[in-house]
Amino acid sequence: MATQVLMPALSPTMEEGTLAKWLVKEGDVVKSGQIIAEIETDKATMEFEAVDEGIVGRLLVAEGAAGVKVNTPIAVLVEAGESADAAPAAVAAAPVAAHAAAAAAVAAAPAAAPAPVAGEGWPHSDLPPGVPTKTMTVREALREAMAEEMRANPAVFLMGEEVGEYQGAYKISQGLLDEFGPKRVVDTPITEHGFAGIAVGASWGGLNPIVEFMTFNFAMQAIDHLINSAAKTLYMSGGQMGSPIVFRGPNGAAARVGAQHSQDYAAWYAAIPGLKVCMPYSAADAKGLLKSAIRDPNPVIFLENEIMYGRSFEVPAEGDFTIPFGKASILRAGTDVTIVSFGIGLTYSLQAADELAKEGISAEVINLRTLRPIDYDTVLASVMKTNRCVTVEEGFPVGSIGNHLAATIMQRAFDHLDAPVVNCTGKDVPMPYAANLEKLALTTTAEVVAAVKSVCYR
Amino acid sequence: MASKKAPDRPNVSKEELLKYYRDMLLIRRFEEKAGQLYGMGLIGGFCHLYIGQEAVVVGLEAAAKEGDKRITSYRDHGHMLACGMDAKGVMAELTGRIGGYSKGKGGSMHMFSKERHFYGGHGIVGAQVPLGAGLAFADKYLGNDNVTFAYFGDGAANQGQVYETYNMAELWNLPVVFVIENNQYAMGTSVKRSTKSPSLWERGAAYGIKGEAVDGMDVLAVKAAGEKAVAACRAGDGPYILEMMTYRYRGHSMSDPAKYRTREEVEKMRSEKDAIDHVRDLLVTGGLASDDELKAIDREIKAVVNESAEFAKDSPEPPLDELWTDIYA
Ligand SMILES: Cc1ncc(C[n+]2csc(CCOP(=O)(O)OP(=O)(O)O)c2C)c(N)n1
Ligand SMILES: [Mg+2]
Repeated sequence: MATQVLMPALSPTMEEGTLAKWLVKEGDVVKSGQIIAEIETDKATMEFEAVDEGIVGRLLVAEGAAGVKVNTPIAVLVEAGESADAAPAAVAAAPVAAHAAAAAAVAAAPAAAPAPVAGEGWPHSDLPPGVPTKTMTVREALREAMAEEMRANPAVFLMGEEVGEYQGAYKISQGLLDEFGPKRVVDTPITEHGFAGIAVGASWGGLNPIVEFMTFNFAMQAIDHLINSAAKTLYMSGGQMGSPIVFRGPNGAAARVGAQHSQDYAAWYAAIPGLKVCMPYSAADAKGLLKSAIRDPNPVIFLENEIMYGRSFEVPAEGDFTIPFGKASILRAGTDVTIVSFGIGLTYSLQAADELAKEGISAEVINLRTLRPIDYDTVLASVMKTNRCVTVEEGFPVGSIGNHLAATIMQRAFDHLDAPVVNCTGKDVPMPYAANLEKLALTTTAEVVAAVKSVCYR
Repeated sequence: MASKKAPDRPNVSKEELLKYYRDMLLIRRFEEKAGQLYGMGLIGGFCHLYIGQEAVVVGLEAAAKEGDKRITSYRDHGHMLACGMDAKGVMAELTGRIGGYSKGKGGSMHMFSKERHFYGGHGIVGAQVPLGAGLAFADKYLGNDNVTFAYFGDGAANQGQVYETYNMAELWNLPVVFVIENNQYAMGTSVKRSTKSPSLWERGAAYGIKGEAVDGMDVLAVKAAGEKAVAACRAGDGPYILEMMTYRYRGHSMSDPAKYRTREEVEKMRSEKDAIDHVRDLLVTGGLASDDELKAIDREIKAVVNESAEFAKDSPEPPLDELWTDIYA
């Protein structure tokens, strides 16, 4: 019987891939376990092994084809003497549950940097006005920021697990070892508490370390050094010595990676005096904020997001582009309600604003960019104009950034509020693995829409 | 070569060898199936396969008695199957369905079975080491003679908490066997690239802990070492370190292209050291089992694995109110 070979899912966040190379041709006999193709995922080029034995009856997808969706038939295996036409018709074998959360996240993704931008102007817009731009992914923007700062300052170096020879677990540091060598791109053993402490010590010794945590979940092993050693020393030394260091890496949920790998730490780090905390949304944010973080004389926690790494945005094409801390951008101007968010939360916020616009509700969407310092002025000015506010984030609801903003707005703009501030957050549960439950645990566009309607009494 | 060992092992019965063969084959076929289901999108997130390392858990389980405990990392499917957990329940957890051991809420990396004394399934590298010592602490406190197997990788062996645990475990003579599964790589980092003290078990000497390195591709050697370690622990002379020299054939997880080693290196291990081939050779060259007998076992295992996959596809997703349960006791 002819069997179809389907485009495989080869990473937690893969929805589609490029069929980089066929290693077999029509008529070849393949054995189970034989490598038949190279497939480029969102992270890497993977070898793809045949599951079944047979003769390659037909290659359905040409070499080099990009954007091939997972589970699309890519080849037909037949038995000796059988024709490829005997193959069953292409079936959409997509299982009910699989990757639903990731699919939902991607469905929510805006195609590019959203317009229109409010009139306040730079730095309160996503990009400086009138500069030539280029399109790049968040991943490339982060890499470019590090490379530029490493070229400019020999005291800047990168350390972490798999940052060098492996080219980064999420390929952020790809190529940096080649350019800067092992002295400045340092592979560490799996010893977060140890190397975080070594990096803080190095920052006191005159260097500017960038520490990559493979994900921020693992920074919990090291958090004592982030807080007790890095954040407090300037104060404890009476201003003599601080820690010019960046701790960066993916934060928050990816797709289906379960309770121990899916936490958003934004509110935790934002609670600590002595730290600065960034969470970029766009590639421009990623580049401009990371360059500022590397130059900052304080310890900076830089929270990235795996799902955002592959998304493309416009970034200034030339010059030394930085974004100052504490300056929120207004991604969309509006008059009826203020939606305040950061990082991947903006994906849902912007999509909600689109949907609300169709129903005649004009939402202003604010991207905080940094959570310490927070740009209260931009938030308050907007709320005083719209009189209503919804906050959106992925983290847990208790002690969230939204809670803090709600309290601040209550204290400083109470008379301007026409409704209580509503916080959209992740649910108050550890992240479940099951696809349907994971989707429920995360905040969604629909929840943002509902929250906005509730504060508009619609 | 593996098969040359047959004459050195006169005391192994046919039944025993067949059991090892069956148990190791179940793990291998189960993992191959999990890899396929991942490719089809039925399993999501991270999925770390145990293929190549089967002799370690199967040999150590042969040295364990009812009541002994085990705890490991995210590379946990083999440990669960070897300690008698049901393939259907494990596979259904991989697909995130209600029939899984954690009702679909844990996933590949986080499964538990109180009944089979399996304490997870931990995603944070190294965390299971003090946790395992804690299980042993409880057994000693309660005055029973149970032993805990705390499994961890060569990469995990560099975490500081391992050495904090070594110190206390020896100080208090805890009945824990620290099993280092040295498969030579921590993701893309070979042991050579992460330490200059490549004999991992010898680090225990600094704390006064006995230990040894073991051919982790030879289930009989694993079992013999396990019996020694377990006997020491039961006699109040724990802890004990076993460094299992082993190898993973697949990438670190499903998304690892494994460019840090050559295909030849993998092929060499597979063809010269494979643990299942070894036992098969002992059975066949020792005249203990016929090809037909072994083929029948292969078919039997395939059926168990296929059944687990069908169950894992058919089992429904957890009901939505499961989101809010099991947060507090
Ligand atoms: C504290 C922590 N740091 C990093 C990771 C990411 N990570 C997962 S597995 C792994 C490699 C572990 O290798 P090893 O201990 O040798 O076990 P193996 O995967 O070979 O079984 C890494 C770095 C993690 N899960 N937890
Ligand atoms: Mg290892």
